Amino acid sequence: MASLALEAPLSVTPPWWPPLRRVLAFFIVVLVLCAVWEGYKVVGQAFGDKFPGTTLSFPVRSDDKSMPHIWTIIGVLFQPARRGGEDILLVLLAKAALFTWREAAAGFVLGSVVGFALGALLGRFVLLERSLMPYIVASQTVPLLAIAPMIVIWGGRLNWPAWWSVALISTYLTFFPVTINTLRGLRSPNPTAIELMRSYAASDLQVLWKLRLPAALPYIFTALKISATTSVIGAIVGELPSGIADGLGRVLLTFSYYYISGPEKLYASVIGAAALGIMFAALVILVERLVLPESRRLEN
Amino acid sequence: MDDTDFKQSVSSVVKVFWSITLTSVISIQNISKVYSQGNVTALSDINLEIASGEFVSLLGPSGCGKSTLLRLIGDLIAPSAGMVLVNGRSAPEARQSRDYGMVFQQATLYDWRTVSKNVQLPLEIMNYPAAQRETRTREMLRLVQLEDFGQHYPWQLSGGMQQRVAIARALAFAPKILLMDEPFGALDEMTRERMQLELLRIWGQTQTTVVFVTHSIPEAVFLSTRVVVMSPRPGRITDIVDTSSLPTPRDFETREAPLFFQKITEVRECLRRDEVRGASS
Repeated sequence: MASLALEAPLSVTPPWWPPLRRVLAFFIVVLVLCAVWEGYKVVGQAFGDKFPGTTLSFPVRSDDKSMPHIWTIIGVLFQPARRGGEDILLVLLAKAALFTWREAAAGFVLGSVVGFALGALLGRFVLLERSLMPYIVASQTVPLLAIAPMIVIWGGRLNWPAWWSVALISTYLTFFPVTINTLRGLRSPNPTAIELMRSYAASDLQVLWKLRLPAALPYIFTALKISATTSVIGAIVGELPSGIADGLGRVLLTFSYYYISGPEKLYASVIGAAALGIMFAALVILVERLVLPESRRLEN
Repeated sequence: MDDTDFKQSVSSVVKVFWSITLTSVISIQNISKVYSQGNVTALSDINLEIASGEFVSLLGPSGCGKSTLLRLIGDLIAPSAGMVLVNGRSAPEARQSRDYGMVFQQATLYDWRTVSKNVQLPLEIMNYPAAQRETRTREMLRLVQLEDFGQHYPWQLSGGMQQRVAIARALAFAPKILLMDEPFGALDEMTRERMQLELLRIWGQTQTTVVFVTHSIPEAVFLSTRVVVMSPRPGRITDIVDTSSLPTPRDFETREAPLFFQKITEVRECLRRDEVRGASS
């Protein structure tokens, strides 16, 4: 642990500047990416998508059908989503995102609880860890696209609502980072701290509650940030075999059929799905800010 | 028999009776510790009696087993042979009765707790009522002269201050015995000397029995009533140097007294003898 003598800061910056700077930096990065996108299109169109003097072609075609202009993508958000429909695309995406988010949130909560319990169990019983860990790791290597229909069919047999299956699929993607990081965090205290607990004749439960759990908290939050985004992915992928019409999965699938004629809608939907994931992760980061002081966060 | 023989035998009988009645807080009997199925002998046949209120240093080069012996006394590891008795009870019983306070080289304070809360940790585990925890913590912080730092976090404190908090925490539940494993090893020389004075003052006020592991000869001589010199391969006690003749209270003047240097030389000779014996065998 570094020890710091308390010193007066050399320069005084107003307290609202660092967060504002972060937000500005984010938007500047977005602008730069848009500029790169449009720049690539300009260069591609000028050179006919081939490197000059060679027959080597550009990795991505730059015409408007393959890479719509940024303003076209943004523009299509404010047009009716379906011919003759009342909702503009933005509203449709928002409704679908909200629907998917509920499934993702359920999966996130369940996955975090299961992941934490599993991590705590494996931490306590070394024999369990040795025997179960290979299977836990293997579970993540099975492609989700294969497992999702299985879960949907079992759910159908058990007669539960379709969105439960989706939440379960989301759980499947969520629990693993939480398990691994809980295990790591519970084991993070140094041996001297454990020896001290032994000298107090502390019970195992006291050691868990007073030492291991608080020490594991920063690691658990790292896992939760990852799980926030993967739970959204799980929910979207899970919706496809479930036949659910109201979520982002169906929206993305539908617009992928119309990609040849109107790619802008698909791009806009992808950005919408990404935004959902980002907002969920930002929520977790906000909770982390409230729970952990800056000195204890693993990522700043 | 003649006069001098009679006086000698009377004095030896008196000595024997005196040592039996002397309150021996820690009794280390025939302790051995081996690792790797007998290939590594960390400690071999250690015998040591420590009286109540003594300050005993375990001194020796790396590998002599001094830290192992300390951990055996505190029941952090189990002996391969022999036993440790603390006030007549076994070491595990003593640990369960919370007879030991321990301070290690790293302060190991919890950085999610304030200084106060860190000192309170053993009291919480031992189920002291809240009001008593508060008063005890304040007393301990006053003892180590950190009463204004209760609401600070460990990372805001210097290394020496963190060790003082660790000492406050170790003494919070008034253990009979304080076990210290090179607690000042990570500090610079000046802080170290200041901390030694602090420790002696605290020892004087609480009258705990202290077992102190160090590899610094001046530190051992300055702090202790007895210096136990150990030697490696196999780990054993080779000499015990009595340093109680140094005047108390010990302060910076003691460090310049001729007797201080004499005792340091005496201890150094013991270590050199062990080194030579070890090299020739």
